[in-house]
Amino acid sequence: MGELKLMKGNEAIAEAAIRAGVDAYFGYPITPQSEIMEYLASEQPEKRTGMVLLQAESEVAAINMVYGAASTGKKAMTSSSSPGISLKMEGISYLAGAELPCLIVNVVRGGPGLGTIQPSQADYFQAVKGGGHGDYRLIVLAPASVQEMADFVGLGFDLAFKYRNPVMILSDGVIGQMMEKVEFGEQQPRRTKFDEPWMLTGKTPDRPHRIVTSLDLEAVQMEKHNLDLQAKYKTIRENEVRFEEIACDDADYIMVAYGSSARICQKTVKLARESGHKLGLLRPITLYPFPSERISQLADKVKGFLSVEMSSGQMVEDVMLAVNGKVKVGHYGRYGGVIHSPEQVLCGFEEFLSK
Amino acid sequence: MELKDIIKPENLVYKRTECLTDKVLSYCPGCGHGTAHRLVMETIEELGIQSETIGVASVGCSVLSYDFMDVDMTGAAHGRATAVATGIKRCNPEKYVFTYQGDGDLAAIGTAETIHACNRGENITIIFINNGIYGMTGGQMAPTTLLGMKSSTTPYGRESALMGNPIKITELVAQLPGTYFVTRQSVHTPANVRKAKKAIMKAFDNQKLKKGLSFVEIVSNCNSGWKMTPVTANKWMEDNMFPFYPLGDIKVDGELVKK
Ligand SMILES: Cc1ncc(C[n+]2csc(CCOP(=O)(O)OP(=O)(O)O)c2C)c(N)n1
Ligand code: SF4
Repeated sequence: MGELKLMKGNEAIAEAAIRAGVDAYFGYPITPQSEIMEYLASEQPEKRTGMVLLQAESEVAAINMVYGAASTGKKAMTSSSSPGISLKMEGISYLAGAELPCLIVNVVRGGPGLGTIQPSQADYFQAVKGGGHGDYRLIVLAPASVQEMADFVGLGFDLAFKYRNPVMILSDGVIGQMMEKVEFGEQQPRRTKFDEPWMLTGKTPDRPHRIVTSLDLEAVQMEKHNLDLQAKYKTIRENEVRFEEIACDDADYIMVAYGSSARICQKTVKLARESGHKLGLLRPITLYPFPSERISQLADKVKGFLSVEMSSGQMVEDVMLAVNGKVKVGHYGRYGGVIHSPEQVLCGFEEFLSK
Repeated sequence: MELKDIIKPENLVYKRTECLTDKVLSYCPGCGHGTAHRLVMETIEELGIQSETIGVASVGCSVLSYDFMDVDMTGAAHGRATAVATGIKRCNPEKYVFTYQGDGDLAAIGTAETIHACNRGENITIIFINNGIYGMTGGQMAPTTLLGMKSSTTPYGRESALMGNPIKITELVAQLPGTYFVTRQSVHTPANVRKAKKAIMKAFDNQKLKKGLSFVEIVSNCNSGWKMTPVTANKWMEDNMFPFYPLGDIKVDGELVKK
């Protein structure tokens, strides 16, 4: 068994980053995730593992520092919350275009605009549908506990390097700020070999110079690059879908919820079953790739799906696409920084039933 | 004597720098970018640091500089080259890291990244090509466009009341404690090329000292954007750009040069 600690979700990400042998963190403060950089600073990661920590002048600079570090094969990450993630979108598009691995953490708060510092899940579209310009996808992981905040750092980098693609942890202020027990694994060494043919290591006489770029002025070449990207995303969809099912075996209706909303819905499942509803919960762990196939299978045996999100209804569109009209699909959720209670979700479910 | 008698290895007096590739430059004839490329690559060759160098190209006419410079390079988003270089250098402090940026890239959209990389004293080299205009996008006003100067977005000349004043970003970054060497050069005559080469050499050499950032501005022509022949462009540059952007060292070994 590893080391047990009581920690906030944000601190768990930071500790996990040091232990995963991450090479660099670049960030800019914003509530509700500033603890990530603060924890790192207090731990002096340069002494623990040699990890680079730098507070950048903006989120724009931070994501471009990640781009620079990643182009040399280093494990680089950044974190922010919604308004800051909007600023990073240009850089994220470049990272996706240049096929660079990295980890981006979004501890989501309510929007739009400066919004509020309270938790929200309103950045779903931005995370899974693109957000920046061009046809690209991120691998998006949605932690529902402090333990998963920690575990998804290592998993995120594994996936990022496996597919040479940016990975996003889409969390929210609830998971970021709450304290839970978390178990950490052994300290992993930082990477010492940079032997993949895309990594900028300095041109030696035995090889041509290497170029990391997202640019190709030839449209036909750029189309080919896009086709390669799409083929990669297809492989990701075929191999990396992760989800959890709670009480779905005998369910008449299934809620689909991720992150902190899934935590709340677990309680709703209990409440619903106590009052005689056979309600289940499907929790997507990867939001991209989305568990569409599983939802489609379940749609053959249940009567409906309720997407429960702290947004006005974003993931519900992906649920609808997966269900493809087979059964009814609804949405329930509080938003703009308000968190729904298990009881409110139950009322929402009963209203959905009556429609 | 025939041509073939002359073209012999022992008669060679000038050749392509090893650190430039065979690719045909994409620059307009007479443009200073090509000469500046050569000087940077000559420096890397002479210092013997090709295998230890990582370059950052910017967005502008030099966006494809990574095709011409035979070193490992990445292409940054418009204005972000110094942030990208910071990420590279912080993670690879033993490497020589440089950016190659135009005035729009460095002094308009990338101002924050420029100022803060300079202020942090990142141990990198910035090569800054100031041609007073946006070359790549077709000759629009740059932050460095002189007052009265015509561009496609200031067709009647730049007016300070409406469009602000040309920015001397080089003098500005020289004020920051993070910069160790700040200089302004040009590459339009053989004498100036020699001086610019010396400055670039110093700027790369300085990376070994880890004392801060080296910033080399090269005031250059954009004959296409200025709508002049290369010769008149160079004359115009001497008569109009140099009085406002005077050539010479601004900060050496961390000390401002007294004028
Ligand atoms: C975010 C963004 N905005 C605008 C552009 C369009 N753009 C490309 S190059 C350029 C100006 C480049 O001018 P400069 O840096 O002076 O370089 P030059 O072409 O003169 O060498 C602009 C505005 C872009 N590529 N990206
Ligand atoms: S447009 Fe201007 S800066 Fe660009 S290559 Fe031509 S002369 Fe040089």
